[in-house]
Amino acid sequence: MKNFITNARKTSFHISKRSKSALPTWKAWTIRIVSVIISLVVCSLIIVLLTGQNPLEVYSAMIKGSFGSERKFLVLIQNTAILLGISLAVTPAFKMKFWNLGAEGQVLIGGLCCMVLMFKIGDKLPNSVLIITMLISSILGGIAWGLIPAIFKAKWNTNESLFTLMMNYIAIQLVSFAIMVWVPSGSSVMGLVNASSRAGWLPDLFGKKYIINIITVAVLTAVMYVYLKYSKHGYEISVVGESENTAKYIGINVKKVILRTMIFSGALCGLVGFLLVAGTNHTISKELAGGNGFTAIMVSWLAKFNPITMVLTSFLIAFLQKGAGEIATSFNLNTSIAEILTGIIIFFIIGSEFFINYEIKKTKKEAD
Amino acid sequence: MLWTIVSFIKAAIIQSIPLLFGSTGEIITEKSGNLNLGIPGIMYVGGISGIIGGYIYEHSVLTANPVLCVLISFISSLLGSALMSLIYAFLTQSLKANQNVTGLALTTFGVGVGNFFGGSLLKLFNESGSISLLTTGSAYKAVLPFAHKTGIFGELFLSYGFLAYLAIVISILASIILNKTRVGLNLRAVGESPATADAAGINVIKYKYLSILIGGMTAGLGGLFFVMDYTAGAWTNNGFGDRGWLAIAIVIFALWKPKNAILSSFIFGGLYIVCVYIPGLSSAAKEIIKMLPYLVTIIVLIFISTKNKRENQPPASLGLSYFREER
Repeated sequence: MKNFITNARKTSFHISKRSKSALPTWKAWTIRIVSVIISLVVCSLIIVLLTGQNPLEVYSAMIKGSFGSERKFLVLIQNTAILLGISLAVTPAFKMKFWNLGAEGQVLIGGLCCMVLMFKIGDKLPNSVLIITMLISSILGGIAWGLIPAIFKAKWNTNESLFTLMMNYIAIQLVSFAIMVWVPSGSSVMGLVNASSRAGWLPDLFGKKYIINIITVAVLTAVMYVYLKYSKHGYEISVVGESENTAKYIGINVKKVILRTMIFSGALCGLVGFLLVAGTNHTISKELAGGNGFTAIMVSWLAKFNPITMVLTSFLIAFLQKGAGEIATSFNLNTSIAEILTGIIIFFIIGSEFFINYEIKKTKKEAD
Repeated sequence: MLWTIVSFIKAAIIQSIPLLFGSTGEIITEKSGNLNLGIPGIMYVGGISGIIGGYIYEHSVLTANPVLCVLISFISSLLGSALMSLIYAFLTQSLKANQNVTGLALTTFGVGVGNFFGGSLLKLFNESGSISLLTTGSAYKAVLPFAHKTGIFGELFLSYGFLAYLAIVISILASIILNKTRVGLNLRAVGESPATADAAGINVIKYKYLSILIGGMTAGLGGLFFVMDYTAGAWTNNGFGDRGWLAIAIVIFALWKPKNAILSSFIFGGLYIVCVYIPGLSSAAKEIIKMLPYLVTIIVLIFISTKNKRENQPPASLGLSYFREER
């Protein structure tokens, strides 16, 4: 490390920033794809070291685990959809440089809000009315969790990343509290809710689970793309993100943009919470978002806030987590290997951005 | 009643030690202008590296020597957290990556490393059961022989393993170095305005690298304390929980001053376990009381931002990467 630094100072080579148009898009993408490939090689090396298996077998096990049967594939697409949904939700806020680390809690509170209705009045309303009220309450819950930090950010510039982070734990404790109250045995695990009546469960489409979740997120992707790229709101978000002073100068009401964007962002997180409870799990636990709230931040960043690219990045991460989970189970290892691999891939991709934004030039020898 | 209070204070102090290591480490890092959100991950790795080192040693000899147990696990813990910090430093300083994203990825990675090896270490060595390092754990918990004979004083002040005292020593040392020495002055200059510091002839990149490294290693010791002293050499997956994030919150509570971190960690440690000491709480009500540390953090955050006093602000360049040609 030290050598690298001193070398840089001794002018044998130097680093300079590329001008915006210097690197053609295809070259930038080549760099990104190469970095993903290198990271996959590193990941497989690690798995090989741990399991002693032939790397090709490891990859085929991963692919089988994710695509092997129709059910497995559907689960993979569903995982991608949820991760993508949360990534889309956090994107507008990030684009304006509002560091919302609270997606986890916003999803959780959305799930909790609709679970209250599902659990308490599940048998008293016709199913369609129930589902719509559940949806609305989830969205309102998500909005509340996103808006509270935003209000303080807009008014007093309160540090939003820690505020939203703390809101996660308040949501977690609220869920623990609710489970303790609802499950009298004290087992702290809530089983399937309304398992026989299926009240508040999203219906299966084409005879399959998760289809409604997947369609919802697909629509959301398109909406977000248009919203960020072609709407006035999207433009204001990117100006605020680039420079608050510029935004003020051209007459954008920065506070209003912060509040509006966080309402939108929180609402979408709440919606994902609804999808998870009504469409996927039909129960609630502290692990509802399962770390996806944080992974989504990285997914969104890796895709450079582009919703279409986000489909790819979230699929990559979801595939890796599913595949690594399969390997871990088949070798009787801990499933946390998935998080290790996710971390490694993200390290490589964020590292590769350096070679896109900067170039390393050889310095001509100067007379000392 | 008196002994309930004594045992509460003792428990709060024990809870506060990982938080103190973590927050002191994060303060050292943040003083150089780096917001390292990877600290929770580094603390997991600090813990599991200590476990791995101790495990390999205890299982390669017949009778383990307690001194060597401590030494080996201590060094392997430091190495583990140093490696993690180097990943962060290399990505954010040399490759100028975004600090928040790098930090979050580091936390994902570190928690994964901790839980993976915690859950699979024995299987990788073809053994079954759960990890429990008896000799190493009891060596870390060793106290002065007369500690339990000196009544309340002994219980409150002498009854902890050596890492607890080390935590306090490190944060006092950090406070002195940051405020009273040239190195500390330079470091603060780097955090406030790297361009100015660079112009004054300070090696900005070196200072940033070192403060990330030292801060990360300090934080890693918090993980080591947790696994060796608090749980006496045993690992439970996700047992360390959210203490890493609380440590980052304490940095704000302590207004970026290591000596304030001692009292702040104690308060948070107390809030963390107070629900156990309130008599007659239902298990549901306990979950509500457990919100306290987070609520208090939020209130403090708001309070600091409304006051807006100059000496209570974070380092001016916090979170920004420094590139010479860009200034």
